[in-house]
Amino acid sequence: MIDIQIKNSPLDVQVCIDYTNHRNAGGTAVFIGTVREFTKGKKVIRLEFESYEPMAIKEMKKIAEQAQEKWSTLAIAIHHRIGVLDIGDIAVVISVATPHRKAAFEACAYAIDTLKETVPIWKKEFFEDGAVWVAAHP
Amino acid sequence: MKINLVAFGIAKDIVGSSRLELNVDDVQNLGDLKTQLCERFPEFKKLKSLSLAVNESYQSDSFALSENDEVVIIPPVSGG
Repeated sequence: MIDIQIKNSPLDVQVCIDYTNHRNAGGTAVFIGTVREFTKGKKVIRLEFESYEPMAIKEMKKIAEQAQEKWSTLAIAIHHRIGVLDIGDIAVVISVATPHRKAAFEACAYAIDTLKETVPIWKKEFFEDGAVWVAAHP
Repeated sequence: MKINLVAFGIAKDIVGSSRLELNVDDVQNLGDLKTQLCERFPEFKKLKSLSLAVNESYQSDSFALSENDEVVIIPPVSGG
């Protein structure tokens, strides 16, 4: 079971957890990525995320399928938010249910690590004195 | 050959628009296109990485281009 979503409105963690509720699950790992106030000592005012949506959905689905194959996940939900986000807002939620806890942690870590590397979503950080596209330059 | 470029993130700032029609000569594949893009827009050379996508998937430099193909410029991603 795989649920992939890109949303322009606030994410609901419980929706992801409910989706991964499974009678054979022994553990569910949930990762919640949030907007933090300081980046390298600089105060962030807000973030903006944009995505190349059809490809981002495809790439997120690929990640979920790889996790399913590698860790026999029973259900996995990956929801990513786009648009303008404020400090403390949730940018991404990943919920993974597996028969045993170790696989849930590993699959969840794999999903967020790979998402950050391959999914075409971009984050712009706004400071009091300007803005930068995150991780664009070495 | 005419190529339809779509740009996201910092690539949009570099080319100055989210969509751009580009006429290119001597371009056979994505690798050639990448080289031309870096010549026309030197800011691309400063990025950590530069990928190109066709048909909603990453494609390698050897991917053959045809007239009117839509190529999406993927600068370093930063989701999550």
